[in-house]
Amino acid sequence: MQLAGIPILSIVTYVPLLGALAVIFLIPKEKTTTIKAFATFVVALDFLISVPLWWAFERGKDGYQFVEQASWIPSLGVHYHFGIDGISLILILLTTLMGVIAVVCSYSAITDRQKEYYVLLLLLQTFMIGTFCCLDLFLFYVFWEVMLVPMYFLIGVWGGERRLYAAIKFFLYTLAGSVLMLLGIIALYFYNTTGFLGYKGLGNAATFSIEKLTAVAAGMPAELQVWMFFAFFLGFAIKVPMFPFHTWLPDAHTEAPTAGSVILAAILLKMGTYGFVRFSLPMFPKAVQNPRVIGVMVFLAIVGIVYGAMVTLVQKDMKRLIAYSSVSHLGFVMLGIFALNMAGIQGGVLQMVNHGISTGGLFLLVGVVYERRHTRQISEYGGLAKPMPLYATYFLILSLSSMGLPLLNGFIGEFTILQGAFAKSFWWAFFAATGIVLGAAYLLWLYQRIFFGEVTNPKNANLPDLTLREQLVLAPLVILALWIGLYPRPIFEVIRRPSEKIVEAVGGVTAEAPAMAGRTETEAPPRPAAVPLQGATGAP
Amino acid sequence: MTFAVKPSDWILLSPEIFLTAAGLLILSLAVSFGKAKEEFLSFLAILSVAITGALVVFVSVQPNREAPILGGAFVVDNFALFFKGLILLSLLLAILASVRFVGAAPYPGGEYYALLLFAGVGMLFMVSGNNLISIYVALELMALASYILAGYFKAEVKSTEAALKYFVLGAFSSGVLLYGLSLVYGLARVMGLPELAKILASTDRSNLLMLGILLILAGLLFKIAAVPFHVWTPDVYEGSPTPVTAFFSVGPKVAAYGILARIFYVAFPKFHADWGLIVALVSAATMVFGNVAALLQTNVKRMLAYSSIANAGYALLGVLGFRTEWGLWGILIYLLAYTFMNFGAFTLVIFLESTGYAGESVSDFSGLAKRHMPAAIAMLLFLLSLAGIPPTAGFIGKYYLFAAAMKAGYAWLAVLAVAMSAVSLFYYFRIAAAMFFSEAAGAKMQSSYALTAVVLICAAGTLLIGVMPQPVIALLRACVLPR
Repeated sequence: MQLAGIPILSIVTYVPLLGALAVIFLIPKEKTTTIKAFATFVVALDFLISVPLWWAFERGKDGYQFVEQASWIPSLGVHYHFGIDGISLILILLTTLMGVIAVVCSYSAITDRQKEYYVLLLLLQTFMIGTFCCLDLFLFYVFWEVMLVPMYFLIGVWGGERRLYAAIKFFLYTLAGSVLMLLGIIALYFYNTTGFLGYKGLGNAATFSIEKLTAVAAGMPAELQVWMFFAFFLGFAIKVPMFPFHTWLPDAHTEAPTAGSVILAAILLKMGTYGFVRFSLPMFPKAVQNPRVIGVMVFLAIVGIVYGAMVTLVQKDMKRLIAYSSVSHLGFVMLGIFALNMAGIQGGVLQMVNHGISTGGLFLLVGVVYERRHTRQISEYGGLAKPMPLYATYFLILSLSSMGLPLLNGFIGEFTILQGAFAKSFWWAFFAATGIVLGAAYLLWLYQRIFFGEVTNPKNANLPDLTLREQLVLAPLVILALWIGLYPRPIFEVIRRPSEKIVEAVGGVTAEAPAMAGRTETEAPPRPAAVPLQGATGAP
Repeated sequence: MTFAVKPSDWILLSPEIFLTAAGLLILSLAVSFGKAKEEFLSFLAILSVAITGALVVFVSVQPNREAPILGGAFVVDNFALFFKGLILLSLLLAILASVRFVGAAPYPGGEYYALLLFAGVGMLFMVSGNNLISIYVALELMALASYILAGYFKAEVKSTEAALKYFVLGAFSSGVLLYGLSLVYGLARVMGLPELAKILASTDRSNLLMLGILLILAGLLFKIAAVPFHVWTPDVYEGSPTPVTAFFSVGPKVAAYGILARIFYVAFPKFHADWGLIVALVSAATMVFGNVAALLQTNVKRMLAYSSIANAGYALLGVLGFRTEWGLWGILIYLLAYTFMNFGAFTLVIFLESTGYAGESVSDFSGLAKRHMPAAIAMLLFLLSLAGIPPTAGFIGKYYLFAAAMKAGYAWLAVLAVAMSAVSLFYYFRIAAAMFFSEAAGAKMQSSYALTAVVLICAAGTLLIGVMPQPVIALLRACVLPR
């Protein structure tokens, strides 16, 4: 498929923004049905525009594709510069899909100030997609920061009882992290041009191009790299969130409306891990290879996995439980990334998508019963399998996907990550594996308490099962979970080249890479005939 | 010393001359007009500011305008022209924001507008000042007009208190400044800044000279409300009529930054190492104190007062960067951004007051989104900009200031500045939370044309500089003082 000459990434990015403007200026706030329909149309259109990217994307090619570039602030060397590689591609597709789900799942959940709600959701879509498209560090920072604003309002206006606290905590934490990154960006800029703080600049023309600055930063002296790594680290680590920077997450997730939680889990948290993969690793390889830095990162990741899982076990609120499970799952992603080998990084990237699917789905499911009962306390439920069999089925599939059962997506991601971790150290894999056991424990226990046994609470006896709309929202996630679980190869193909580049940058053993990746693929049951989605253009 | 005056000098000073005449005209008309025809006087004031602006543009295209005029007392360089433009902008905004406010107040409006214009004249002279005496005299003209404006609500205790505090502390600081100027003059025996720079370049560091520079610095830091010379700010800002407060928070501060930049950039670069450390410490203290104190405020005017103290601290990062190309450039960009966003925020306070609400406490902003959505969105924009969130003018300005600090080697200060900028979000967003998350505390509101115009100008400036900064950045690059 040819997309030459069409600024496809800009279109995907700004369709929701234009939609938001149209809602603001053209649709009066009383016409809520029109607003919902139009918002759905916009996100669905955006999703449909983004899907062809999957086929048009050339798998084997190095560098970025669909590149758009224009000068924005010549005085600073800032460009409007968009482009994607395989990693951004799958995250963009995930974002546009989640956008549709977020809008559709809000129809009945949001009854107050609907116009503002859908405008904010649409704005958030634009900012998130833009963040993944940016190839200019300055532009990236703009999207990265401005994204916080709609999310703040989504939590603050339509959230639960402690929404004010959760909203400002979310905003402050993530902002505090990213302002240091701003200084890092400034330092990088000066290092490339005229120098700063005793470091002699390279005297190049001013630029914020991520490609160019990656090469520049990789040549920095090691001790400056460590400083720079930590300037960027805080912003990403808070967003991920890594232990001990995770405390904003349970509050934000729990208090946000369902769609907010879904987007937070599925997309916003991925910004942090994406940041590590796109910036921290390729830009500061000397720092990343520093044994102490690796030690700290892996330690935090493993503590996140185990501690997150243990805290999850004791939660009484369903949403909070799933929120804490995110800490554990994102610990896996970080472990994979900092294993610094093909299996680890590929697994980490795949697990970002998996977490978005399974945890996003679980938040949707909690939203379903919350709409019916207006409580999220686990103790209020029990025996739901009887009145809501369909609901129980979806919940089971997505829980199993989240705990990493073979045939489902979570297994592929976690297995690959463990493989990468094992290649580095038995103990990394050992501690991480305990997280999987604990994960099975909290999810199965949750499932048991909600669905099994007799209906103990009479209020639950006649709960209506999933409506068609709710099933339509959940079905794509289940299909994706099955697809990735059965046949992950297309995704591995898309992310292989960028992952190889990263492994090369951080001095990983590239020779082992194809073998590793190949082995992981064969782990999945070889049933290619069942999945006709693999595009012919994918073959090199 | 010869005191040569060319006829063309008067052309270059035409904006100041015209504005003085306009102020006198309005003052004399006010005597016969009384309260009834005040709106006409406000219209006259707006018109005269607009004409003055046109004259500034006219001056900017004059040939050979860069040379000092009136025997070296003044200079009309790009730097001065930028500040004149900015001062006239804040003057225009202040008058527009005052129309309804002054009309509703039981005090005569004519002298109010005249005083605003006189303060404006003082500031226009200030930023053109090219020798120590002309700068000082212009500063006093601005200050005297300001003292009276602070006490414009003369029957109200708060306002009178504000005026008295402003006067006593202002007079004291002027004395300190004058003492510093006289010490420097005594050592160098010249008044003009370029001559001073030349002589100081070959002068050794002496304690007396350092004392002189330090006293000048202290006097100017008072005018920009930097810690520890900030104590007057919250009381004066709270007590003054809100349009006056809005004006104080931008106009005089901008002008004071203008002369601070001119004196220290032109005359004292040699001793950067000496005053640099002091400015660094003052900047750190100002950012920390301003932001932390603002956290505790429930009165919006006081909160914005502390926020403007904090902003003065950020701008001092640019002063530290005077040795690099980023410092002065950053200050110019930041002051422009600050004028739009800070005046905008104050205008929303005026809006709430003028529509029958006190508007001064955070809770008065409750549910503004439901009472007047565009106003709430505009306020949100100003708050985001003040907190430095992109894509707003405040972000671009802060970017340049932080870059100046990094470039000048003050990395620790840059770290402190970004941390404080994150802290500031907390109090700014208390207002945002009140506007959007709380239930409405009153009926729907109506805006007036004048206030709408002010908010639109400020919002457009805040957003345009954020989204399309290139033209402004490039223009301001040409306004940086030559070395």
